Amino acid sequence: MNERTARLRQESLDAVPALDPERALLMTAFYREHLGKHPVSVLRALAFLDLCQKKTVWIGPGELIVGERGPRPKAVPTYPELTCHTVEDLRILDTRPKTSYRVAEEMVAAYEREVIPYWRGRSLRDQIFAVLPTDWHEAYEAGVFTEFMEQRAPGHTVLDGKIYGRGLRDFQADIAAAKVALDFERDSEAEDKRAQLEAMAISCEALILLAERHAVEAERQAEVEPDPLRAAELRRIAEVCRRVPAQAPRDFQEALQAYWFCHQGVITELNGWDAYSPGHLDQHLWPFYQRGLKEGSLTREGARELLACFFVKFNNHTSPSKVGVTAAESGTYTDFANLNLGGLLPDGSDGSNELTDLLLEVIEELHLLQPSSNVQVSRKTPDAILKHALKVIRNGYGFPSLFNADAVVEEQLRQGKSLEDARAGGCSGCVEVGAFGKEAYILTGYFNLPKMLELALHDGLDPRTGRQLGPRTGDPATFTSFEQVIAAFEVQTRHFLDLKIRGNQVIERIYATRMPAPFLSVLTDDCIKTGRDYNAGGARYNNTFIQAVGIGSVTDSLASLKQQVFERKTLALAELVAVLDADFQDQEPLRQRLLHKTPKYGNDDDAADDLMVRVFRFLFEAIDGRPNGKGGAYRVEMLPTTCHVYFGSVCLASADGRRAGEPLSEGISPVQGADRHGPTAVLRSAAKMDHVKTGGTLLNMKFTPSLLEGEEGIDRLHHLVRTYFKLDGHHVQFNVVTAAKLREAQAHPEKNRDLIVRVAGYSDYFCDLSLELQEEIIRRTEHDTFAG
Amino acid sequence: MSAFGQPSELGRIFNVQRFSLQDGPGLRTTVFLKGCPLACAWCHNPESQSAEPELVKVEGRCIACGSCHGLDESAACVDACPTGAQQLLGREVSSAELMEEVLRDRPFFEQSGGGVTLSGGEPLLQPAFVLQVLAELRRQGIHQALDTCGLGHREDLLAAAALSDLVLFDLKHMDDGQHRAWTGAGNGAILANLEALGQVHGQIWIRVPVIPGVNDDAANLEATARFVARIPGVRRLDLLPYHSTGAAKFRRLGRAYALEQVPAPTPARMADLAGVFEAHGITTTVGGHP
Repeated sequence: MNERTARLRQESLDAVPALDPERALLMTAFYREHLGKHPVSVLRALAFLDLCQKKTVWIGPGELIVGERGPRPKAVPTYPELTCHTVEDLRILDTRPKTSYRVAEEMVAAYEREVIPYWRGRSLRDQIFAVLPTDWHEAYEAGVFTEFMEQRAPGHTVLDGKIYGRGLRDFQADIAAAKVALDFERDSEAEDKRAQLEAMAISCEALILLAERHAVEAERQAEVEPDPLRAAELRRIAEVCRRVPAQAPRDFQEALQAYWFCHQGVITELNGWDAYSPGHLDQHLWPFYQRGLKEGSLTREGARELLACFFVKFNNHTSPSKVGVTAAESGTYTDFANLNLGGLLPDGSDGSNELTDLLLEVIEELHLLQPSSNVQVSRKTPDAILKHALKVIRNGYGFPSLFNADAVVEEQLRQGKSLEDARAGGCSGCVEVGAFGKEAYILTGYFNLPKMLELALHDGLDPRTGRQLGPRTGDPATFTSFEQVIAAFEVQTRHFLDLKIRGNQVIERIYATRMPAPFLSVLTDDCIKTGRDYNAGGARYNNTFIQAVGIGSVTDSLASLKQQVFERKTLALAELVAVLDADFQDQEPLRQRLLHKTPKYGNDDDAADDLMVRVFRFLFEAIDGRPNGKGGAYRVEMLPTTCHVYFGSVCLASADGRRAGEPLSEGISPVQGADRHGPTAVLRSAAKMDHVKTGGTLLNMKFTPSLLEGEEGIDRLHHLVRTYFKLDGHHVQFNVVTAAKLREAQAHPEKNRDLIVRVAGYSDYFCDLSLELQEEIIRRTEHDTFAG
Repeated sequence: MSAFGQPSELGRIFNVQRFSLQDGPGLRTTVFLKGCPLACAWCHNPESQSAEPELVKVEGRCIACGSCHGLDESAACVDACPTGAQQLLGREVSSAELMEEVLRDRPFFEQSGGGVTLSGGEPLLQPAFVLQVLAELRRQGIHQALDTCGLGHREDLLAAAALSDLVLFDLKHMDDGQHRAWTGAGNGAILANLEALGQVHGQIWIRVPVIPGVNDDAANLEATARFVARIPGVRRLDLLPYHSTGAAKFRRLGRAYALEQVPAPTPARMADLAGVFEAHGITTTVGGHP
């Protein structure tokens, strides 16, 4: 870091997240005036244009890459057309102890006066909830599943290389050509498509205008800037903003700025999940870097400085805040932008280059919460790149995470993508696989697997509420075989998957018809070609994911049941259910037996792992290939983010010895503390799942620093990663900290604010996590060979 | 059944340690066999010394639930214990069962150049079992290491070494009387075995535990270096600094620990000692870290 980037980094760390009413007020005024006067796609584009015309433009001191979504860093806009905060939501966000957002009294007043009265009943969330059936609501409230799209738009996507060779003016030409090609006689949707294409063209104009406003602001600052060096930088910024994104970037700075404007556009238009990401940044920037060095217009240090400025912009963009029940839960400030490094080129050759190393250096130096980063490790990735990444990981920031690029390609081929598109794809958000720039790959929500077993053991009754939630699958007292337990579990699971998918179909349709995303559509092939919106199936590929949570917990519970009830006959099933309902009251020895003397997933023990495979296969068959509303299909994903904590809180005690309310296992990691045979056994267990059939799996491992010291430590970790990937493992990430260090951070948060740990698919500040999550991370097995 | 269609030999082991990092190259699985002809005072695996199963209690895990009350100190007690505090150390496995277990990490061995190490206890106390396991590992193309204290029948050692890619050979003391005093046996047979082995095996790593006040005096180290330097098959020598992890295990077994209060040698001291061996042209590591 040089003086500039160190200062920008510190300012970003010091900035306090706050909600800002500017966007909500502009949007409300616009809708009041224009609703009903245009087709909805054009309305959305005009609303976006209005925002780009009127929003406050911010250029901070010393910045080289410019553009803020809000009027200043970490000022977070709201999206009332999607989800409208209540006054209570705003107060909770302002006062909750973790991941709070400052809310000024003027904002509360503005919400009460203008925003809430207009959007109450009109916001998309209100519309969605009004049409979903009662049983969907009941399951949702019981914690059977969550719903991603109830307050944030479908996003989950990543840009490819299309903006580095062409500008928005070129895309407007494509749009004009697509309009000319419309067949108004034979295509009954032609008029819709015309409106959609017009909307896309307007949205390009909007972003070019926003860039121009930054050019004007940079010139204004240059005029009054006493420092001639800074004044020259500002004039250069103005030049860059007049060039991109209208036209193709010519150099390294313009390339970064072109992406950043597109990023601004996507996250201003809607509050899509996972913000937006530049994808294979090292690959995209490589030609600009090479040319700059060759021509002498760029140095390695100059590139490092620009990358650092670029990183700080991501960190300034705190995730949009949620509403309703989730406003009170501990959330995260991260918005899940995730850089891909390394990987493969579309021709199948190694995609890493000198910039991969430079980016890893920047990641290590800055170690900011955002952007998150990952290395796509293929068979062809040089060991030196992987080892460089591992050395960064060894610092304990929890990033970069590591993905198996070959498996990522194979997963996509299985979904029917072309080989080139698959190779140009990668991972975003936490672990999700997609064809960058060509796919809407939508996460729809988490699904609580252990809850299904709980329902199966209660004849469909939710023991927490006493409500008959699922179908009646029989009184467990009458079950005489383990197969009957499995059968009931499968009936419950299928029932709620069906319900979840029914809800999704409704929600997808509402987005398709009422909340198009014309700017994101410009950036996503083949929306222009087909005249269809990103949210209406315009993307070349459309996959919809359901993310199953708690496979470790449900596996261990099934293994316990099978062994204790049906094989060893230690106690009857009804007795066990009664013990679980009473949360092991006066039954600690039994709980200990279930914890310590039954087969556990994560130990390479087939007695448990075979059940994991069985549950996974069932899930896959129940979900994969079912049609979604966009011409694509449903797929399985195995990641939890932090939902395993919430899902655990709605489950009673379970047969694996877990007490009522405690977190479930996360991702495909073993139950916290259940793995006792070291990392190779964990990896072998996890690899028994057929990862290629998923759209992503998440495996978390924690190492103490002592095990990773020296080149030998890096070698070991490298061998573990390579072997797991040889076994088709999709993803692995490492926490490298000591339990003592975490305890110390708990006791003295003020001294440990910068302690970043891997939570699930992302890293977060340890001190910002809820106490339960903190405890869980401490409990996760420390794979120290010298431990007991 | 073994590779050659013979019945599977049975062996007594007390642990199969995966992701083992200290017993040869790469990621390894180490099989600890139970029973040892020596009884070193510093042994960090005292549970390996007796060939018989031993009941131990891990106090930290006991919740005083009473499940084991009234039961003999036996397998029943271990079964009854819900927390795993009561443990029976030592089990009998067939070579076929052991192969199934150790081959689980095969992809890790192949990636890392690792493999399987037979350690103990003393593998040479169970020669038929060990030879069968080594033969089967060789048939499977797995790198194999034999970790021996050197005390055993010459022909068993040479047969096992012939089937091992690497032999880890311990040297504790060059003085026969001192050796006997600290390990319970003299060193004559051990040194003779090493000399014989060194003539026929080209991949021997000598391992010298450095126990302050026992074998770290200049005279003994110099004698060790001189002896080792003339063994042709020796590739390197690992100086293993004493650590007291064995103490808790001795206590758990209800046995006295002779080396209470012995401090671990400092890294600087270990580096100095390594110099003694390097002066004789021996490639030397501290703790096995090259």
